[in-house]
Amino acid sequence: MLEIRNLSFAVNEDEVQKEIIHDLNLTIEDGKFTVITGPNGSGKSTLARLIMGIEKPISGSILLDGEDITGLDITERAKKGISFAFQQPVRFKGIRVKDLLRLAAGKRISVSEACSYLSEVGLCARDYIDREINSSLSGGELKRIEIATLLARHTRLSLFDEPEAGIDLWSFQNLIRIFEKMRSEIRDSSIVIISHQERILQIADEILVLAEGRISERGVPEEILPRLIGQTAPVSACQKLQ
Amino acid sequence: MVQLDAIQKRLIEEIADLHSVPEGAYNFRANGQLAGRSSTANIEIVSKSDGSGIDIHVKPGTKNESVHIPVVLSQSGLKETVYNDFYIGEDADVVIVAGCGIDNCGSQDSEHDGVHRFFVGKNAKIKYVEKHYGSGDGRGQRILNPVTEVYQEEGSCVEMEMEQIKGVDSTERTTLAELKAGARLVVKERLMTHGSQNAVSTYQVNLNGDNSTADVVSRSVARDQSRQTFNARITGNAPCSGHTECDSIIMDQGKILAIPSLEANNVDAMLVHEAAIGKIAGDQIIKLMTLGLTEQQAEEQIINGFLR
Repeated sequence: MLEIRNLSFAVNEDEVQKEIIHDLNLTIEDGKFTVITGPNGSGKSTLARLIMGIEKPISGSILLDGEDITGLDITERAKKGISFAFQQPVRFKGIRVKDLLRLAAGKRISVSEACSYLSEVGLCARDYIDREINSSLSGGELKRIEIATLLARHTRLSLFDEPEAGIDLWSFQNLIRIFEKMRSEIRDSSIVIISHQERILQIADEILVLAEGRISERGVPEEILPRLIGQTAPVSACQKLQ
Repeated sequence: MVQLDAIQKRLIEEIADLHSVPEGAYNFRANGQLAGRSSTANIEIVSKSDGSGIDIHVKPGTKNESVHIPVVLSQSGLKETVYNDFYIGEDADVVIVAGCGIDNCGSQDSEHDGVHRFFVGKNAKIKYVEKHYGSGDGRGQRILNPVTEVYQEEGSCVEMEMEQIKGVDSTERTTLAELKAGARLVVKERLMTHGSQNAVSTYQVNLNGDNSTADVVSRSVARDQSRQTFNARITGNAPCSGHTECDSIIMDQGKILAIPSLEANNVDAMLVHEAAIGKIAGDQIIKLMTLGLTEQQAEEQIINGFLR
C-alpha cells in the first residue's frame, strides 16, 4: 500500500516559489489499477516523480507498506519495489535492449526470457534484442521497450507516466492489451498510470483527477468518466483566471 | 614453445583474450625477446634481417585464418621500437590480432612503440584488432606510441578495432591510410583515460581512388585529470566518400580536444565529420537508478555501453 501524506512540492521560478503539489493526501491500495488524469500542468508527472524519488518534496511524507520512504533515494526506492516508466524514455549509446532488460531484471536472464518481455509489448524480439537503445529506435519503439523493462522488474508498485504518448494508433491497441493483461495479473501489486486516454481510463479500478496540484475528483470509471467526457476541461479556463 | 610467466599470461589474456596458444600463425614477444612463433602453410612469419621486427606474409587467397602477434612487457625500464610489416596477398581474408600489455611495478618508464605497416593486396580483406593495456603500481610510466600505416590496393577492405581502456599513462597513436579505387577502411577506436594520463590520436586518411570509402569512428571517455586529443583528417582526392566521428564523454576534471577535419581535392568527394563532447546525461543515470542501480553502478554501465 502506498500512502501519501500532506505532500507539497514547489519550484523556483524567477526567484518566486511556485507550488506544483499542494498538501496532497492519497492512499493506493494493493491490487489496484489506478489512473491519474487531469489537465496539462496539473502536477501528474510531478506526483509520479515524487513517488519514485526523482523529485524531493518540500513537506509531507510518502509511505510504502507503512514504511516512511520520504528520505530514500531513487535506488533505495527501486529496491523497495517501485518502478517507473518515463514519458520520454532515455536513449543510451552502446547499451543494447537485452542489456537494459538484464539490468531491469537485476540478474542475468536468458535471451529467451528477455525476448518474452519484448513479445509481450508487441515487438518482434529477434529484431530488437541486440539493437542499441540509441536514436535509431523510434519514439514508439522506445516506449514499448520502456514498458518491457518494467515487466522484467516485477515490482509491487509500477508507475507509468503517459505510456500512450508517442505511440501510434495501431500500437495503441497493443498497449491497451498489455495493460489489461497486467491488470488481470496484478495480485497484490499495484499499478499507477498517468494518462489522458479514455481507453486506459476505462480499465481503471479507480480514477484520480488532479487539478492544480490537488485531487479534485476520485472514483470508479463509471462515475468519473461521464463527467470528464462531458466537459472540455476538469477546470474551466475562467476558473483558472480567477 | 611459448614461455611466459604468470604476469605475462595475464597481460596476454587482457589484450588478446588468449588463455592458451592460439590456432593458426602467431608471434609472441615478451620483454623484448621472441617467446614463441608459429607459421602456417599460408601465413609465414619471419624476422627482419636487422632484427628490428617481423614480416608477416599472407599468401593470396588465404581464407578464414588468423594471426596473433601479442607483445608483453613486464620488466620495468624496458624501451623498444618494433617494426612489423604485413603483406596481405590478393583475395585473402584474415583476422590479425595485435596488442600490447605493459606491467610496470618499477620506477623506470616502460615503453613499446609498435610500427605496423599493412600492404593489402587487391580485393583482400583484413580485420585488425589491437588492444592496449597497462597494469602495475610502480611509479614508472607505461608508454605506448603505436604507428599504423595502411596501404590498400583496389577493392581491398580493412576493418580496424583499436582499444585502450586501462592503465596506459601516455600514448601517441598515429594512423595513416592510403586507399586506391574501391577500397574501404573502417576504423573503430575506443579509448578511456584516467588519472593524469595523456592520449593523442591522429589519423590521416587519403582517399586516392575512385569510390574509395572511409569511416573513422572514435568513442572516448576522459576521467580524473586526464587529457585527450583526437585529430582526424580525411582527404578526398577522387570521387569518394568519407566520414569521421568523435564522440566523447567528459568526466571529473578531464580535458578533450577534438579536431575532426576534412580536405576535398575533388568535386565529387563527399566528406562528413561529426564531433560531440559532453558529460553523462542526468536522465540516463536516473533511468538506471530506477532499475535499482546505484549512481556509481549506473555510471559504469553507461560507460561500458558507450565503449562497447
